[in-house]
Amino acid sequence: MNPEELRYSKEHEWVRVDGDTATVGITRFAADQLGDVVYVDLPDAGGDVEQFGKFGEIESVKTVSDLFSPVGGSIVEVNETLKDNPEKVNEDTYGDGWLLKIAISDQAQLDNLMSAEAYESHTAE
Amino acid sequence: MVIWKPCIAAINCYDELPSNPDLPADQLLTDSELKKTPLFETHLAADARMVPFGGWSMPVQYPSGIIAETRSVRERIGIFDVSHMGRFEFTGTGAVAFLDTVLSAHVAALKPGRSKYHIICNEQGGIIDDAIVYRLEEDRCLLVVNAANAEADMDWIRPKAAEFGDVVITDTTISTGMIAVQGPEAVQIIDDLSDGTASSIRRFRVGLVEVGGIECLAARTGYTGEDGFELMPSASDVAGLWNTLADAGAAPCGLGARDVLRLEAGLMLHGNDMTVDNNPYEAGLAWTINLDKPDYIAGDALGRIAAEPTERVIAGFKMTGRAIPRHGMPILEEDQQIGTVTSGTHSPTLDADIGMGYVPRRLADEGTEILISVRGRNVPAIVVDIPFYRRT
Repeated sequence: MNPEELRYSKEHEWVRVDGDTATVGITRFAADQLGDVVYVDLPDAGGDVEQFGKFGEIESVKTVSDLFSPVGGSIVEVNETLKDNPEKVNEDTYGDGWLLKIAISDQAQLDNLMSAEAYESHTAE
Repeated sequence: MVIWKPCIAAINCYDELPSNPDLPADQLLTDSELKKTPLFETHLAADARMVPFGGWSMPVQYPSGIIAETRSVRERIGIFDVSHMGRFEFTGTGAVAFLDTVLSAHVAALKPGRSKYHIICNEQGGIIDDAIVYRLEEDRCLLVVNAANAEADMDWIRPKAAEFGDVVITDTTISTGMIAVQGPEAVQIIDDLSDGTASSIRRFRVGLVEVGGIECLAARTGYTGEDGFELMPSASDVAGLWNTLADAGAAPCGLGARDVLRLEAGLMLHGNDMTVDNNPYEAGLAWTINLDKPDYIAGDALGRIAAEPTERVIAGFKMTGRAIPRHGMPILEEDQQIGTVTSGTHSPTLDADIGMGYVPRRLADEGTEILISVRGRNVPAIVVDIPFYRRT
């Protein structure tokens, strides 16, 4: 269920790497755990984020969680459509429900992330 | 992800890790220690997410999600497994007179076939629980209480009943089940399934009907702000009744939607919005109390409390800034804490973030501006009248 081409963090975020740009979101597992997402608080584009650093909050009807970036770098774009349509995180977790695009500061960071298979055993624990 | 900020009520905590020390004890029970309703397997087969609640394993939501489930109840019809609620029959020539000594309602004034929402207060006027008492027959009443409090309620009530005499208490929680059927289409659908007999039971009345061929005690009560029934068949018939209702178009709903619906309707949750440390006057529940009946155990204490206005009072509020209030968050006036949020949620029906909490009386008027401290951020809110939602 988790796309093979992505990398995953223990904190249940995914990253899709395209050259030096990483698109970041939360996993299907995380979206299901949260339930219906109501608010996504994201930083402004232009700032920096560290690998595994907190960058925002995501809130569902019944709970709230911090968001941690699976890669570090400068934030080049945030998904503004989530302000009005936060349900995209539930509906299209690995597509339109993306959160940030980051210019990766160091490709070696990707070695700290998991494959889809490793992530699935992580969530099965 | 790290789930933030624990909240006390089990229903708000389903994403908390079991290692969290702030969780109520029942969250720490293992699966095998949790009680299961007759619909447990039905919930699992429907891929419901199960959570511990009041010592029971209960569905918090189905795959459709809390928002869709809430919408089903507001717009059409939803069903809830409420078999976990404590059900106790009081029979015998002393039953009614006894209940009048321990419940805030005047049971003797209820005709058979009628019911009353009320509270159970201790000798000091503290609220032990809220409940509905149904007078089924002259000498037979049914008391339905919160699952989480059922044991404590009965530990308090049983010795008093034994001393009073001529009253037999039968726990029917396990031998029966209970399904709440709620929403604007609920009465029509139940009527169709009962050959037109159910709709003759009016609001807050109770009677025996056959729904889809299954005999049920049918109470025209609920906890959502919508019209509907709470159906109580024998335990062996609950799954059949559930499937009949689902086949008739009712959407299965979990505790998550139930919590949103009750809060939108301004209905209080014991353990959150009122506890044994609250008196019913500050909780806005004076209307549930009859002080004219004789021999009421909390009568003297409640009479004293009623004699003057309480210092604090429960107030509803709506966020004007973007944030969802949650149980336990501080309520501020400028930078001073003046209260605590007792319940809060995002309301899909109103598309607003709403909550309740106790504040000093002078700050309880509609339109008063307050602040809610949301994880260190002070977010503005405005006091509004309860209920937040009223069906049209």
